[in-house]
Amino acid sequence: MTVARQRFTVLQRALHWLMAVCILAMLFIGVGMVSTLTPKYLTLVQIHKPLGIAILVLALIRLGVRLRDGAPALPSDLPEPMKLAAHLSHYIFYALMIVMPLLGWAMLSAASYPVVLFGSWHLPSILPLNDGLHTLLWNAHHYLAFVFFALILLHLAAALFHALVRRDGVFATMAPISMRKVK
Amino acid sequence: MPQSILSEMRAKIGSLIVIAVIVGASAAAFAYTAGWLTPGRLTPVKVVDALAPPGGPALGHRRNHAKGICFTGAFQSNGAGASLSTATAFAAGHYPVIGRFNLAIASPDAADVTARVRGMGLQIATPNGQVWRSAMITAPIFPVSTPQDFYDLLRASGSKDPNAMKTFVAANPEFGNFVQWATTAPWTSSYAEDRFNSLDSFIFVDGSGQHQVVRWSLIPIASLVPISPGDLAKRGPNYLESEIADRVGKAPQSWTLAVTVANAGDQTDDPSKAWPADRRTIAVGTLVVQQVEPEANGPCRDINFDPTVLPAGMMTSNDPFPAARSAAYAVSYDRRTAEAADYPRTATGGTP
Ligand code: HEM
Ligand code: HEM
Ligand code: HEM
Repeated sequence: MTVARQRFTVLQRALHWLMAVCILAMLFIGVGMVSTLTPKYLTLVQIHKPLGIAILVLALIRLGVRLRDGAPALPSDLPEPMKLAAHLSHYIFYALMIVMPLLGWAMLSAASYPVVLFGSWHLPSILPLNDGLHTLLWNAHHYLAFVFFALILLHLAAALFHALVRRDGVFATMAPISMRKVK
Repeated sequence: MPQSILSEMRAKIGSLIVIAVIVGASAAAFAYTAGWLTPGRLTPVKVVDALAPPGGPALGHRRNHAKGICFTGAFQSNGAGASLSTATAFAAGHYPVIGRFNLAIASPDAADVTARVRGMGLQIATPNGQVWRSAMITAPIFPVSTPQDFYDLLRASGSKDPNAMKTFVAANPEFGNFVQWATTAPWTSSYAEDRFNSLDSFIFVDGSGQHQVVRWSLIPIASLVPISPGDLAKRGPNYLESEIADRVGKAPQSWTLAVTVANAGDQTDDPSKAWPADRRTIAVGTLVVQQVEPEANGPCRDINFDPTVLPAGMMTSNDPFPAARSAAYAVSYDRRTAEAADYPRTATGGTP
């Protein structure tokens, strides 16, 4: 699926950076909202749900674009284990971007909460009321959120390592604006 | 070593330090947001922990208002509420209800007479998928003004320091009004004779987008027969649940849902302050309780009567409690639903 291209397409880069901002915001909103009793709690919850669903929609579009457009090849001198780590982490990212919002939606459904996005606009329930299911989904949403954040930190470190230390052009493949290749 | 390699190594080490700082700062910002670096922050978990009785919480049960019994029935809307809010529950009609009578106490095994305050959880659902939940109590005012004060009250009442409550009362004079009510208001021997009050204020939005700040109450149709706490105790520790089950078994029990509209300048952000008695009050319909079922297998068991679950046409106001309650009820709900094994579903005579 890798093609001989220098960079991800404009659409891929736009989706990557837009979603990076949204996902980081979601993780901070998530841990922030569950640790406060102030009226901020409700505001954050009211952002968390629609933004999470927006991420689900964007992730599905992004998956389609990725299958259509592919990705530039990694540098041939990159050690095999690092290539494997890069590919594996991208699979996990795609899985998390799709699974996290579904877990949130399903968890609320299994607790019989209405899944309100804006005003009278709400999503249908996708599961019956069930305490066991709710617990399972809640745990998954909770622990995977931390896995997600840890993986983002690793990804951030790797991206900067490519940009600042290896200077191998990998960062430029995803850079929002064209960078002159430094090598 | 040649100069150029040395300077290149220095640059690489510099870059690695930059990376470590960026990643470290991101992790620290996350930890700060999650409250891990600020142990002083009042979190929902802390408040819920503080609700636990000395022997620890009753696993599988609500962390407050733990003793209760489910009911189902209907809300018969008379259409009058439509002038205040576009909520579909106010269009004339009958809407299904799930609710729960309960005692404001953290132990499910407490004797009825040990709970001065009683409560009702209520859900009204309309066919378009809109849900209105509310959790109301019999006290006409809340004991404290803010969620932080509520936490302080829990800490003081659970404290071994004999002066803790004295210090609390001195710092929270509004608590005296609650004590005044608690010591002088009549007790009843039936949930059917109790009045349940939202206490918190909410905003109703009407068809022209106009906002009104309101509170509401369920006023019993059954007349109040006062009973002394001593006599209530003599009827047994679980009298209220068997009484309401018998009573509803014989005939449905009803309450009028009355919405009170604040005047400009009324204290809308503090449930410890009653509004003057002459405020415009509109009867918007009747709650009819048609069936009572034990909680263990009842339809209310796994419902969180979170007061911020509101239909379109209603919003939270500047009252800080609903947000705090929503956060705390979620923690209680997450815990109790994860503890199903500790609360056998077929206990206390429930139908399997
Ligand atoms: C916050 C959440 C983020 C997520 C979920 C994420 C996800 C991804 C994914 C899935 C890819 C593979 C390409 C694709 O198919 O789209 C990718 C590539 C990339 N990302 Fe991110 N990213 C995030 C944040 C960041 C940040 C903060 C940086 C840099 C500072 C970054 C730099 C890069 C670079 C340079 C690539 C291309 C390198 C490669 O192909 O291995 N990303 N990202
Ligand atoms: C990319 C998507 C999402 C991410 C990264 C995310 C992340 C998080 C995080 C970090 C938390 C706090 C976990 C904790 O500390 O316990 C959280 C909690 C929560 N999330 Fe999400 N979330 C996402 C999508 C959603 C969606 C779509 C919904 C619902 C429609 C949702 C509903 C919730 C709820 C209700 C909680 C609070 C759970 C509780 O403690 O009761 N999330 N989320
Ligand atoms: C910050 C203040 C408050 C805290 C921390 C708090 C805490 C709790 C908790 C943890 C529960 C159990 C929820 C569940 O597991 O479903 C509960 C239930 C309840 N609370 Fe509160 N509460 C507060 C204020 C109030 C106020 C102001 C009222 C009434 C006006 C109220 C009335 C009720 C009622 C009626 C229930 C039982 C609902 C049911 O049947 O499920 N609470 N409360």
